[in-house]
Amino acid sequence: MSSPANKKGSFGVAQVILFLSIAILVIVVAFPVLLILFNAFWVEDHFDLANTISILKQPMTYEALTNSLIIASMSTIGSTIVGTFFAWLVTRTDIPYHNFMKSMFLVPFMLPSFIGAIAWKMLLSPNAGLINRFFMDHLGFDGPIFNIYSYYGISAVEVMYLFPFVFIQVCGALERMDPTLEESARISGAGLLTITRKITIPLVMPSILSGALLIMLYSMAHFGTVAVLGIERGIYNIPVLIYERIHQSGGSFESIRMGAILATVLVISAAIIIWAQRKILSTGHYQIIGGKSFRPTQLKLRGLRIPLMLFCFAYIGFTIVLPTVIIFLVGGLSTYGLPFTPENLSLANYKFILFDFDVTRDAIFNSVTLGFTAAVITMFAGVMISYVIVKMKVRGKGILEFLGMLPFSVPGSVIALGVILAWSGQFGINLYNTVWIILVAYIARYMAFSLKANSAALEQIHDSLIEAARACGATMWQSLKDIVLPLAKPGMLAAFFLIFLPSLRELTVSIMLYAPTTRTIGVAIYTLNEDGETVISCALAGIALIIIVLGQFIINHFNKKAGV
Amino acid sequence: MDIIRMEGISKGYPDHPVLTDLNLSIKKGECFTLLGPSGCGKTVLLRLIAGFETPEAGRIFIDDEPVTDLANGIDVPTENRGLGVVFQDYAVWPHMTVFDNIAYPLKIADVPKAERKERVMKMIDIVGMTGLEKRYPSELSGGQQQRVALARALVGNPSLMLLDEPLSNLDANLREEMRFEIKELQRKLGVTVLYVTHDQEIGLAISDRVAIMDRKGAIQQIGTPWEIFEKPANPFVFNFMGIANFLDVRRENGQFLVGTGNQPIPWPNLPQGDTDKWVAGFRPSDVTLSREGAGLRGVIRRANFLGATMDYLVEIDGSHLRTAIETHKAIASDLILKVGAPCVISFNALHWFEADKLKEVLSE
Repeated sequence: MSSPANKKGSFGVAQVILFLSIAILVIVVAFPVLLILFNAFWVEDHFDLANTISILKQPMTYEALTNSLIIASMSTIGSTIVGTFFAWLVTRTDIPYHNFMKSMFLVPFMLPSFIGAIAWKMLLSPNAGLINRFFMDHLGFDGPIFNIYSYYGISAVEVMYLFPFVFIQVCGALERMDPTLEESARISGAGLLTITRKITIPLVMPSILSGALLIMLYSMAHFGTVAVLGIERGIYNIPVLIYERIHQSGGSFESIRMGAILATVLVISAAIIIWAQRKILSTGHYQIIGGKSFRPTQLKLRGLRIPLMLFCFAYIGFTIVLPTVIIFLVGGLSTYGLPFTPENLSLANYKFILFDFDVTRDAIFNSVTLGFTAAVITMFAGVMISYVIVKMKVRGKGILEFLGMLPFSVPGSVIALGVILAWSGQFGINLYNTVWIILVAYIARYMAFSLKANSAALEQIHDSLIEAARACGATMWQSLKDIVLPLAKPGMLAAFFLIFLPSLRELTVSIMLYAPTTRTIGVAIYTLNEDGETVISCALAGIALIIIVLGQFIINHFNKKAGV
Repeated sequence: MDIIRMEGISKGYPDHPVLTDLNLSIKKGECFTLLGPSGCGKTVLLRLIAGFETPEAGRIFIDDEPVTDLANGIDVPTENRGLGVVFQDYAVWPHMTVFDNIAYPLKIADVPKAERKERVMKMIDIVGMTGLEKRYPSELSGGQQQRVALARALVGNPSLMLLDEPLSNLDANLREEMRFEIKELQRKLGVTVLYVTHDQEIGLAISDRVAIMDRKGAIQQIGTPWEIFEKPANPFVFNFMGIANFLDVRRENGQFLVGTGNQPIPWPNLPQGDTDKWVAGFRPSDVTLSREGAGLRGVIRRANFLGATMDYLVEIDGSHLRTAIETHKAIASDLILKVGAPCVISFNALHWFEADKLKEVLSE
């Protein structure tokens, strides 16, 4: 019955899992980030802060920094207002069709914003934009009514695609809020306005702020929208500048160093933002907002009910339906610029990109295989790392917990630069210009999703379920195989799709790492569009949208079945 | 013969010890209950025996074989200790049917399929779950899930079964029913049971022996349920085993007077000791209430009709006590009293405690 060897055995297993987990996070995330920091401050064998500052003071870098800040601020403020307003409207008022609207407002989540940017470019570019042309040609306007190639334009497009971050958080908070809190205020004689101002808004403030910070983080490091819309007027932010410098110079030392410094700025901002978000979320709003589902009292909109409903439909039609339709229509045109008449429209482009055009065919193949491989690897790595963090009691776990937070705070463009530094041959392995470097970057970029989904699933598995298996005679491996993995399956599946779908439309990372034969769907859409192949890029964007929406349907189906 | 022997067990953090130098042995075949207030470390003790946790010091033997002996590098993992464990939250695996749950220990032990099936079905029959073997736990009530957990713990014929508050998630009626079933199972299968709970009633109802643990994780008394209830070793045990009344008694000129007044306590056995301040402890059921006659004179301060019983709070010269009397008896003997009414109190049982020591125990 007793043998010391047994103890040694299980001790070893725990250590092996811990070591593997730490190794994965170090190799995939920590090492590249450290290389960036090292390159940012280390010049010719010594620490040189003055040089770093002088580079930050250069007009180009300085402008990229301020642009990132301006665009991120405007997008954040806009998204927060839009998201909070719609969240309040669909959860707290008697607006008709609120369930339908709620699902429509979540649609932008799955749409890639750079595809949206391409659509808006075709609609609102100052001279050729369809809407601007319509106003100038038919309504006698002298000039364009709106110029999308501006800070306002870029921010507006980002708002359209980012506001769901706030929307979903605030909806959740408003739905979970105990209505007795508001009712007792009403009994105390407070009017509806006072209640909203003094009770409701303060209670959901943490959710609003945490959503807003997510948008800020996302927008600062976001490549696509700015790259598509800013190029005409020379508006660029940090990721765009990093991309252009490295791309133009073919990866010269100067460009890498400048990129490293800008990436460091992103890492630091991200760390501050994540820290602030944790702080806000831990200020105890969970105690006020219970987990139970209540039916909150609904505000009667009375006369405003129909106008507000029409406004919502107009918003959905204008920001979600219109750009999507334009993408598909342009994708069907034989030549860009022709009117949308039946004789100009056909499925020829779609057929061409799917079957005949090497670039797009390769791109689709690359994205699907890369996404699938990255999703599978990250799913398994994530469940293992989460298991150590959530369930295991081993020494050295603290290091892993710290490393586990890293993926959440490292923006995509930073990861791309990091893997270039780590895997371009300086350390014995050269993956540059191969698909493998994109794969490594995807794993690093999406590790956070996997950790989140898997640790949520593992936290649901009570320790006693595992202990019961051990008491029944199961070894640690057997309990993992028979109990933990089957129960963690929903979380792993969620992680898989959370990675596979976004990776199909990934641009920020792939654009920095692609080679002529390793374009992904995102890269192909972007580069084709830059090269003036508008109809082809739109057709490919249309195909991407179809794949993404189909995938989303499958997820929803699975989630419903799993009762998540 | 001892099935479990724990020697000098210590567990906890330097600034917050849970168990300190604890010794305990459990005999083969008995139903042993570890009783203590929540947070006293009784679950930790069970988890140490199961091997879910490792003590900082001490040795644990199961069947005289060391399973934990850190000084000699021995720490047998849970799966090799041959135990059955039943958890408070049932821990029935939600992705397996009743049959698969119960069959799991046999599957791990590589019992041949035919025998496995036979033993599982027999166990299902013993716990009264026949016909439900294909169900999933989500289709079962809490009581049924706990039966599955019991069957799973017993199917491998363990010599020792550990139960950690297995009934506390069930409603009162079911709890009462299940505790007799557990006792019945234990008798039928001859398994040794270590039962951990904070519920005195269960402890008294099913145990051969009971150990009372205090908040610091120290064992205060070990004995049969009768010994624990009738001969509590100290104020803590007495106080823990049911609602206790404490009446201040002071020694004055060789007499023992109640509260601040001049009535001597009507009890033949007076305490021996130097202290002057004493406390008489007794349970509400040990008090006899009457309108007149011999005894302590007091006043009704609160009268509550609780259906089957009348509950009174009586003041005697500045001290208070609670007593209950069955309603029909109260009516028969004209003891439906109003607040402010005078009454007479006498005792059926009394325990003496030194006032200072009692204060220490109660303040913890």
